[in-house]
Amino acid sequence: MSGPNTDYDPVEVTPLHAEEVERTRDEALTAFTGAADLAALQEAKTAHLGDKSPIVLANREIGALPPQARKEAGQRIGAARKAINEGFASRLAVLEAEHEERMLDTERVDVTLPWHTPRLGARHPLSLISEQVADVFTALGWDVAEGPEVEAEWLNFDALNFQPDHPARQMQDTFFVEPAGSGKVLRTHTSPVQARSMLSRKPPIYVICPGRVFRTDELDATHTPVFHQVEGLVIDEGITLAHLKGTLDHFVVSMFGEGLEARLRPNFFPFTEPSAEVDLKCFVCRGASVGNPDRPCRTCGSEGWIEWGGCGVVNPRVLQANGIDTDRYSGFAFGMGLERTLMFRNGVEDMRDMVEGDVRFSRQFGMEI
Amino acid sequence: MRVPLSWLREYVDLPDGVTGRDVAEQLIRAGLEVETVEESDLTGPLVVGKVLTYENEPQKNGKTIRWCSLDIGKDEPQWVVCGAHNFEVGDLVVVVLPGAVLPGGFAISARKTYGHVSNGMICSSAELGLGDDGTHGIVVLEPGEATPGDDAIELLSLSDDVLDIAVTPDRGYCLSIRGVAREAATAYGVPLKDPAALPLNGSGSGGYPVRVDDAEACSVFVTRTVTGIDAKALSPRWMQKRLLAAGMRPISIGVDVTNYVMLELGQPIHGYDKDRLSGEIVVRRANAGEKLMTLDDQTRELDPEDLLITDDSGAIGAAGVMGGASTEISDATTDVVIEAAHFDPIVIARASRRHKLSSEASRRFEREVDPNLPRYAAQRVADLLSEYAGGTVLPDETVVDTHPKPAPVTLRADHAARVAGAVITLDETVRHLASVGCTVEAAAADAVAAPLAAGAHAPVLAEVGSTSVGSTSVEGDDLLTVTPPSWRPDLRDPNDFAEEVIRLFGFDNVPSVLPAAPGGQGLTVSQRRRRRVATALVGAGLTEVVSYPFTGDADFDAMGVPADDVRRTTVKLVNPISDEEPSMQTTLLATLLRTAERNVGRGANDLAIFQTGLVFLPKAETKPAPLPSVAQRPSDAEVQTLYDALPDQPLHVGVVLTGALAPTGWWGKGRPAGWADAVQVARLIASVVGVEPVVKNVELAPWHPGRCAEFSVGGPDGTVIGHAGELHPKVCQAFGLPARSSAVELDLDALIAAGPESIAAQPFSSYPVAKEDVALIVPAEVAAADVQAALVEGAGELLESVRLFDVYTGEQIGEGKKSLAFALRFRAPDRTLKENEVADARQAAVQVTVDRFAAVQRVG
Ligand SMILES: [Zn+2]
Repeated sequence: MSGPNTDYDPVEVTPLHAEEVERTRDEALTAFTGAADLAALQEAKTAHLGDKSPIVLANREIGALPPQARKEAGQRIGAARKAINEGFASRLAVLEAEHEERMLDTERVDVTLPWHTPRLGARHPLSLISEQVADVFTALGWDVAEGPEVEAEWLNFDALNFQPDHPARQMQDTFFVEPAGSGKVLRTHTSPVQARSMLSRKPPIYVICPGRVFRTDELDATHTPVFHQVEGLVIDEGITLAHLKGTLDHFVVSMFGEGLEARLRPNFFPFTEPSAEVDLKCFVCRGASVGNPDRPCRTCGSEGWIEWGGCGVVNPRVLQANGIDTDRYSGFAFGMGLERTLMFRNGVEDMRDMVEGDVRFSRQFGMEI
Repeated sequence: MRVPLSWLREYVDLPDGVTGRDVAEQLIRAGLEVETVEESDLTGPLVVGKVLTYENEPQKNGKTIRWCSLDIGKDEPQWVVCGAHNFEVGDLVVVVLPGAVLPGGFAISARKTYGHVSNGMICSSAELGLGDDGTHGIVVLEPGEATPGDDAIELLSLSDDVLDIAVTPDRGYCLSIRGVAREAATAYGVPLKDPAALPLNGSGSGGYPVRVDDAEACSVFVTRTVTGIDAKALSPRWMQKRLLAAGMRPISIGVDVTNYVMLELGQPIHGYDKDRLSGEIVVRRANAGEKLMTLDDQTRELDPEDLLITDDSGAIGAAGVMGGASTEISDATTDVVIEAAHFDPIVIARASRRHKLSSEASRRFEREVDPNLPRYAAQRVADLLSEYAGGTVLPDETVVDTHPKPAPVTLRADHAARVAGAVITLDETVRHLASVGCTVEAAAADAVAAPLAAGAHAPVLAEVGSTSVGSTSVEGDDLLTVTPPSWRPDLRDPNDFAEEVIRLFGFDNVPSVLPAAPGGQGLTVSQRRRRRVATALVGAGLTEVVSYPFTGDADFDAMGVPADDVRRTTVKLVNPISDEEPSMQTTLLATLLRTAERNVGRGANDLAIFQTGLVFLPKAETKPAPLPSVAQRPSDAEVQTLYDALPDQPLHVGVVLTGALAPTGWWGKGRPAGWADAVQVARLIASVVGVEPVVKNVELAPWHPGRCAEFSVGGPDGTVIGHAGELHPKVCQAFGLPARSSAVELDLDALIAAGPESIAAQPFSSYPVAKEDVALIVPAEVAAADVQAALVEGAGELLESVRLFDVYTGEQIGEGKKSLAFALRFRAPDRTLKENEVADARQAAVQVTVDRFAAVQRVG
C-alpha cells in the first residue's frame, strides 16, 4: 500500500487546449506504466481516472464552453479518456498476469504425496474371471443361469444320468445334507443349473452357469473342498459336436488370445455322450516347447496343451429326464474349474492363496485379471 | 490300471522302437486317461553273479555284514559288502557294478565301507525298482535261471515302461491288459492276439456242485478243480515281476496266479481250498443276522441285500467283493476249486459301499466284466497252477450261465455323422464299429417299430475282428443293427455307438462351427446390480475376499449369538470337513470374521473387506427331496416339490472394517473406522441398487447393543434386510480384532428385489432455491432419522432436500436432550418462492416435530 500522494499537484486542464489534454493523457499513461504492482496501479487510477482527476474535471467543463467549441473539445477529451482507460486496462492485465504467475508459483506442491482417503479396493479374481466368462457368452447371446448350492440330489445326479449305484456317482466325493437320505447335497458341480434350465426353459437354450461347488477334498496346494466352476449348455435343433468345438475355440480365443484353439480328447462323463476332455493350446509357448528342451514351458509343462475341462454332446437320457424332445433337439455342454483356470492363466501357484481370504491376494489384481 | 509295456507287447504287435510315451499318446487319443508313464531310469552294468565265498563280519553297531566274492563272468572275482543274509554259496544273485545308476537316480561307485572297498552291491527287489518282494533281503535267482555275467536288466526286464491308466467308469474292460491291448491294437491298426482266446479242455459238467439262487445277481458261475498242487511253490519270477509292476505284491502261487489272470483278462477269480469246502456251493442273498469273516480277518455283519457264496457251513465269501477266511488257500492246500463268475454291477457296488470295502475284484465287477470270460479265465488259472504249482487240472467243470446275449441296437446309419456334425462315411462308421468289436448289419426300414431278432436275414457288413465291409449300398436314411461285443455292456444307446465311431474317426477331424444363439437379453437386473454393488464397494476402498461357508457353535459363541437365536438353526452336513464345523452358514459374518481374524493375524490391522455369498436358512418344516424317475420329465408338481424341499438360500453381502479408515499422516490425525462408517457402507449398498432403506437402532449380536443399525425396506413396517454397526467389544476380542471394529450384513437379494425396475426421470426446477436452517432440541433417545422424517412430512411439496449438519449435546440445552441442526432447501417447480411461502413451509415442518417429539426450536 502506498502512502498519500503528496507529490501530486492537480493541474487545471482546459479542454480547449490540446497540448494540455495531451500532457494530462501522457502523464496518466506514464503513471500507469510506472506502477510496479496492482496497488500502485490502483492509486494511479484514482489520480488519473478518479472523480478529481484532471481529465474528469476537464470533461465536466465541456458543458460550460460555447456551443461551437463543445464538439471539438468533447472529441479531444473523449479520445484522451479512451487512451487513458486503455492504458490502465492493459497495465492491469499485465500486472494481474504477473501476480497470478507469482502466486501459482508459490503454491507448488509435491504431487507424489499420499492422501488420506481410502485407495481403491479390489475384487477377488474368481469373481472377475467368472464375470469375464459371463461377458464372453452374453456377447454371443447366451443367458447367465444360476442355482442354489444346497441342491436336490436328483438334480445334482439323477437328472444328469448319474445312476444311483454308478461308480461315477461315488467318485464325486459328495457332501450330504442331514439327515442321511434327505435327498439333498452340496452341489458337486454346476450341472444341476443345467437341469434347472432345461426344466424351466423351452429350447432353444443357450446358458452359461458360473458358480461355487463342493467336494469332500482336503485343502492342499491343488485341491480345495470349495471351488468354482463354469458350465455352458446349449439345446437347439441340429446341435452337433462341431458346434461344441466352435464354441470352445471361441471361448479359448476370448480368454487367452487370438490364434489359440481347443482340442478334444475322448473321455467319459455320465452327462454327455460322446464325452471329451478339453485341452487348450498353451497360450505361452503355443506348442513351441514340445520336444524342445532348450525352451521349456512352465505353464504347460512342455506338453503344448493345457488340460482345461470336460465337455460333450448332452446324453439323450439327460434330455429325456428333463423333458426335452430328443427327436427334435440335441445339445452340448462343457465345464471348467475357475481356480484351475486362474492358476495357469495368471500363474497362481497355490490353491490356498485363492481360498484363504488374504486381502493381499485380491489386492494384486485390483479390478482386472 | 498299471500296464507294463512288455506285457502289452505280448498281445499287440507294436511297431519296433515304440516307447511307453508313444503308446500313451495313442491311447489318450483313443480316450484312455493315461495319467503317468513310468520310464525306467536304471542303467547298467547290472549282471548276474554267483556267490563264491562269504565271510560273516560282526560290526560294532550290532549288525553283521557279509564280505563276499562273486563270479560275474570275469577272470577275477568281484568283492562286495552285503548287509543281507538270505543267500548261500552257489546262489545266483543280481550285482550292480560301479558306474551303474539304480532307479531313483542312485549312482553306484566303488566305496569304502566297514573296512573294505565294496565294488558294487548285491541288489534287493526294492533297489531294482521292483517293489518289496517280501523277502527282506536280496534277490536270489533260481538255480540255472542264468549264468554269471548275464545282463540282469534284460533277464528281469527291468527297463520296462509302465503306463498308469485312470479307467473311466464306462471302460471297465480296460481294467485288464486284454482291454488295453485291444485299444492299442486299434490305435496302431494291428491285430490283437486275444489272451482269452485259449483252448478250453473242460467237459462243461461234473464240476464242484453249485446252485445259484439269484440268477439276476449272478448270471454266470464257473468252477474248475485242480488237484495236487504244491501251495508253497514260488510263483515264477516273470509273474512276480509283472504283478509288482502292475502294483500287486506277490504272495503265494495260489494268490499270484488268480491275481495275474485278473490283471491279464479282467476277470476276478476266487480260489477255495477244496478240503475246507463242505457241500454244495450256493449263491444267495444273506439272511438277517448272518456274519462272515473276510480274508482281511474282519468279521462283517451281513445285510440281506448282500450276495453271498455259501456252503453247508454258511457264508464263505462276499460275492465279487472279498473271499472268506474259512476256505482260504493256505500252504497246506493241495486241491483248489477255482471260481470265475459274473455278478451284477449294482449288487457289487452296493455291497462294496455298504461294507466300505473296495477290492480289485469289486472295482472290476462294479464296472461290469465280460460275461463270456469266466470259462476262459478259469481255464487260464487252472493251466497256470498246473504248470507252476504242479497240479492236475480235472476236466470236470461247473458252468452255470443264464446271462442274456447282448441286445442288438438299431440306429440310423448316419447317426454318428449327425452327432459329430462331420462327414463320416458309412464305410468308416461300419469299420470303426467293427474295430471295437460290434457286429453290424443293415436293418430293414421298418426295424424301429419291430424289434430285431439277432442274426436276422440281413447282409452282415462286419463281424467281430473283421474289418472287411461286405455291402456299402446302405444309404444315410437307412438303419443299422449293431450288436455290441460281450465286453462292452456300456454300449446301449445310439449315442454310445456314435461316441465309438467319432473317437476312432478322430475328434480332431470334427470341424469347428460356432452356433448362432437366437439373441439373449444380457445380464438380468439382479446380476447387473450385484456387479455394481461390488464395484461401488471396491471404489469405497473395500477388498473382496472369499471364505468357506462352513460354520459351527464356536463361531456362534464367538459372535455372542444367544442359544435360542434362529441363526443357530442350521443346515447340517452328514460328512462335514470338520466335526467342529458341521453347519452351513446362516450368517456371512461367521466366516467373514474368521477371514478378518486371519488377515489381522497376518499383520493387516486396517482392514476393509467384503464378501458376497449364499446363506442357508432351514425352512420351518424340512422335507426330504424326492428322487423321481428319470424315464421322463418329472411333473411340474414334482419339480416344485424338489425346489420346496431345499432351504432358503439368499445371497448376502458382508463387510468388516477394522482399524483406521484413514491413517495418521502428513495431513493430520488419522480417522478410525467406526460404527458410522459401517452404517454408511450399508447405505451405499442400498443406494447403488436404488433403495432408500429405513434405518433404526436395534440390539442384536454380534453388534454393540447401542451401536447397531437395522435396515429395512418397504417403509417403516417393512422387511428387515440387514444390520450394520460397531461389533460388541467381546466379539472383537473373540476374533482378535482391533477394538471398535465394525461390520455389515445385508440380504442382497431382498435389497435388489426392493429396488425399482427402472427409474422414471423427474423434471427439475430452474427457479431459485430458498435455504433455511433449523435447530431442534429433542429428547436424546429420539432418532435423528425420525426427526428428519417428520420435517419432510411437515414441509410438504416445496421441500427439495433436508440434511442434518450438526448434532449437539451439552449444558446449554440440558441433560437428556440433544440439538439437531438441519439444512432445508425449498424450491417450487414453476415460480420463485415468496418469503412467506418459505416461512410457512418451514414452520409446518417444525410443527410436526413439535407435535411428535416435543421438539423445541433452538435460537441463536
Ligand atoms: Zn507352454
